[in-house]
Order: sequence, then C-alpha cells, then structure tokens
Amino acid sequence: MSPHLILRIVSKLLIPLIVVFGFYVHFHGDFGPGGGFQAGVIIAVAVILYALIFGMDEARRAVPPVAVRYGAALGVLIYVGTGVLTLFMNGAGEPLNFLDYDALHPDQSHHTGQHYGILLVELGVLTTVTSVMLAIFYAFAGRVPDIKDEDW
Amino acid sequence: MDMLASLLPAGVAYHAPVLIVIVPLIAAALAAFMPKGVWAWGVAMATSVIVAILAFGLLGQVGVHGAVSYDVGGWAPPHGIEIRLDNLNVPILILLGVLGVLSLVYALPSVADEIARKQQALFYSAFLVCFAGLIGVTVAGDAFNVFVFLEISSIATYTIIAMGVGKDRRALTASYNYLVLGTIGATFFVIGVGFLYMATGTLNMADMAAVLEQNGHNRVTQAAFAFIVVGLGLKAAMFPLHVWLPNAYAFAPNFVTVFLASTATKVAFYALVRFVFSIFHPEVAFVSMSFTWLFAVVGVVAMMVASVQAVFQTDARRLLAYSSVAQVGYMMLGLGMGTAAGLSAGLLHLMNHALMKGALFMALGAFALNFGVRQVKDLAGLGKTMPASAMAFTVAGLSLVGVPLTVGFTSKWYLVTAALERGWWWAVAALMISSLLALAYVARLLAAIWMENAPSHHGEAAQRRLAPWMMMVPMVILAAANVYFFFHADPLVGLARAAADAVMGGR
Repeated sequence: MSPHLILRIVSKLLIPLIVVFGFYVHFHGDFGPGGGFQAGVIIAVAVILYALIFGMDEARRAVPPVAVRYGAALGVLIYVGTGVLTLFMNGAGEPLNFLDYDALHPDQSHHTGQHYGILLVELGVLTTVTSVMLAIFYAFAGRVPDIKDEDW
Repeated sequence: MDMLASLLPAGVAYHAPVLIVIVPLIAAALAAFMPKGVWAWGVAMATSVIVAILAFGLLGQVGVHGAVSYDVGGWAPPHGIEIRLDNLNVPILILLGVLGVLSLVYALPSVADEIARKQQALFYSAFLVCFAGLIGVTVAGDAFNVFVFLEISSIATYTIIAMGVGKDRRALTASYNYLVLGTIGATFFVIGVGFLYMATGTLNMADMAAVLEQNGHNRVTQAAFAFIVVGLGLKAAMFPLHVWLPNAYAFAPNFVTVFLASTATKVAFYALVRFVFSIFHPEVAFVSMSFTWLFAVVGVVAMMVASVQAVFQTDARRLLAYSSVAQVGYMMLGLGMGTAAGLSAGLLHLMNHALMKGALFMALGAFALNFGVRQVKDLAGLGKTMPASAMAFTVAGLSLVGVPLTVGFTSKWYLVTAALERGWWWAVAALMISSLLALAYVARLLAAIWMENAPSHHGEAAQRRLAPWMMMVPMVILAAANVYFFFHADPLVGLARAAADAVMGGR
C-alpha cells in the first residue's frame, strides 16, 4: 500500500476539475473577471499539484519539459498569429490593420469578431502562462545544488 | 529616396511600420522551436535581413511622404495605439537593422564557442525578443508602449547577458545588478509616464505634446520630467546611472556585447530625445535649464571621469565599456546644447559610435575566440598573430580617439562647431581633454597589440591564426565604414540633421 492514500485519491478527483475550472475562467474572460493569465496559472496548478502528490518524475512523464518549452513558444505564435491573421483577411475590400479583429467574423453590427479575437489572444496567453509556470516550477524543483550539502 | 520608397511591394509597404516589430517577435517564437542552434541562427539572420530591408523601405517612405502613422487595430490615435515614424526614429531603425545583420553574421562562430549547444536555440530566441523590444521602443507612438517595449527588451537583455556564464560566472552577478537597476529605471520611467497621463489625460506622445503646449506646465509635469529623465538616463547609461554597464558588457557573451554596445543605449538615448524635445518643449524654462545644468554637466563629467576610469582598467572589454559611458557623455553634451546643431551632432556621434564600438568589440571577440584573450596585457603580439582583426581594431580605435580620416573626427568636429556656436568654450576644452584621455586608453591597447611580442610557450612563439571569415567580414565592413563615412559624411550627417530638425521644428 502506498502512503498518503487520501491525498492521492482526493487529488486525482480534483485535478480534472481544476483544469475544467481553468478553462471556465478562460472562456469567461471576455465578459467578466478572468482571462488567459488567471486560467493559465490555474491549469499549471493542476500539474504542480500532481507533481507534489505523485513526484517530479511522474509529472515530467505527464507533461514533458520539451512540451513546456514548445508550449511557451506556441502560445506566443497564437497570440501574434491572431493579429497577423487580420492582415490577410481584407474585410470589405479595404485593407485592415494589424489586430483589427473585426475581420474575424462577418457580423459587424455586434462586433462578434472582436470577441473571437480576444478569445484567441487569451488562448495564446493561456498556453504561454501555463508553460512558463511549469517551466519555472520544473527549474526550481529539479535544481541540483552546485555544492552538495555534505560538502559544506 | 524614391528608389527606397519603392523598395517594398505595396501591401508590405503599407504594413511595414507594424511588420518591423512583429516579424522579430514571431521569429523569436519560431527560434524557440528549432532543435538546433544553427537553425535558430538562420531564423535570426533572416529576420534581421527583413528588418533591415523594412527599415530602408520606411526611410524612403518617410523621405517621400513625411511622418508615417499606422493605426494598430484600426483605432485612430489619440485613442488607439499608434505606430509613428519620422525623421528622428527612422535612422535608429536603420542602425538597428544594419548592425543586427552584421552582428548576427558575426554571431554564428562566436555563439557556437561560448554558449552550451542545447541552449543556443533559446539564446537566439531571447536575442530576437530583445531585438523586437528595441525596435518597438523606436517605433512606438505612445508613451505606454515605449515602456512596454523597453521592459520586453530589458528582460531579454538580462537573460542574454547572463548567458555569458559559460565563460565567466561573474556574468550572473553582472546581469543581476543590471536587472535590479534596470527595473528601478523602468519603474521611474513608468511613474513619470503616469504623472504625464494624469496631467494630460492622454498617452499618445504627439497628443501629449499638444495638450502640454495648450495647458502649460505645473508641478506634476515637472515631477514627470524628473522621473522620465532618471528612468531613461539609467537605460542610456547617463553618467552617475551607468554603474550597471561596465560589468554587463565585460561578462556578457561577445556577440551580445557587440550588439548591445552598438544599439541598446542608443535606443534609450533616442527615447530620451523624443521625450525631452518632442513632448516637453525645449523652450519651457525648466527644460532648457535642465539642458545647461543637467545634461551638459553630466555629459562633461562622464567624458572626464569615465575616460579616466577607462585608462586604469585591466580587462579589455571593461575598458571599452567605460569608454562607452564617456561616449554617451558626448551625446548628452550634444543634447544639452539645446540647439539643432548640438542635437544633430549628438545623434551623428550616436551613429558613428555604433560603427566604432561594433568593430572594436567584434575584434575583441575574435581575439577571445582564438586565444582566450580578455586582459589588456594579454593582447600582446596580436598584431602578428591576428593581423587582419588587429588592423580593424586599430582603425576603429583611432576612430574612437577622433583621429582625422575616421568618423570619430567628423562627429567631434560637429560637436566642437556646435559648442562654439553656443559660445561654450569650456565644452570645447572638455572635448579636447577627453579626446586626449581616449588617446591614452586606446594607446594602451594598441601598444600591447603592435609593440609587444607574442607570448611564447616552451620557447615556441604563438602561431598566426586568423579569425573565421564570418567574424572577419562584418568586422572589416564596420572598420571600413569608419573610414568611408569620413570621406562621404553626407548620408549620416544628413540623417542626423533631418532627425534634429524633426524634433526642433527648424528652431
């Protein structure tokens, strides 16, 4: 029997809920409090909790450090890409500027495109924030001291 | 100008003001995906070439149409975010583009030697973020985005300086010192911008200037001025705020030192000029007083004290770093004259200094690559073992002193002329004394290189070993530019004069 049985079971139950709550905060971000930053931290917390309960090796297997590095870059690409996309989507024949989200949806009267734009941008933020939080956590948790404690 | 204006295809030309910022930003993310350092280098190289082409295209556009404005997101200024290009910031973009290309050509062998293999891709990624940030500061048309891009470039700079850890652990403390001071500087700057926002109700720089002209100044705007000058002065290494610079330049990877020495403080200086001249009016009493009693004084003190400090350095890159502080003093003196002639002389020196310091640090990097040379005394005999790099170093070094036939002479000539026009004899004297001090520290380096014998190992003199061509070519181009622009001074002088006129409005 492994120790900390209650902790393991409870966190197994909680981790999916934490991730779902993270996405709730994300998709709620354009109407109320929330957004990519907060959602990204919440999703990262799910992985950090997993690492605390099941150990660093298990966490690294679930979310490999390479994925974290690529995730950080991917988030920036989504973020910038949303703006660049509007450069290529000429609305009504007129050239649209960088970040002109109205291009993303034809419904101009409700500015639906602006909603899509902010959700996409926040998705980029979410990806990068999650990855960077995990990168920081992995860097601190996986740090090997330069001088071993016995050598002091 | 017409030829440059038609350099870019129409669609690209229209979006060029924003593309010049977002291309390096996208490239930074792409570089982080690259599995090998060389591929990331390829991405960075391509990016810098694109940036240089865009910068020349924008120079043409500004030359033909006057100031170019771009509304980000289709929101018109002053409410929306504006990207604005005029004669003042386009030369800085050209500087960033050209030195970006040259220093990246140089980077491949240098970085391969200094940075651990698996960190190289991320190193280039961080460099591109810094590059994007510096370009962003230059093109931003509103004060808050200047702050945001300043922070983007600074944070990336702290990282790439700390990467010097592979050769010297002191890079970590140098970077940490810069981080602490740089953050204080950025905080001061944003407090100043906050005060200005409070006083004017706008963040757009052109709008701020209009509102300030209409409403006049009060204690709040004076406080804003003080905070902004301290904040940007710290980034530009204005004399008493320069303490982060020598160690940061001395322990960073050589490529980073080359790039930062020729661009980073220049961009901060540009931002300072933009705020002091465009937003605050030079004819307002407290601003014109600050020119005489702050910028000119600080500039002269920097020229003296930092030059003397440079004479006594033992580390070659630290020596040149102190010299950079002194050269920033020249620019501050030019700014402090408060005349179009003085400002254009300062800006001319800004561009020329990038040419000299670029070549000098490139040569030191080549010496370090082949012989691990870092100390002044170890430069002995490099005239024989690495003649081409030593020649480039010599030409740029003489330019630093201000010897005729080099650009250093041109910009000092314009500075002296501007000082005489203003009736500042003491400034002329200071320029002369500072040039003599420059001669003293450059002579130390050159004497070691040319007069002393190469060290011998077990009775066997060190063999001739040339630098890789990828380091040699940009170094020689920069050194040649130091001579070329003495005989063909018009392009650079014209850029500097147009820049000064853009902010002084022909005053």
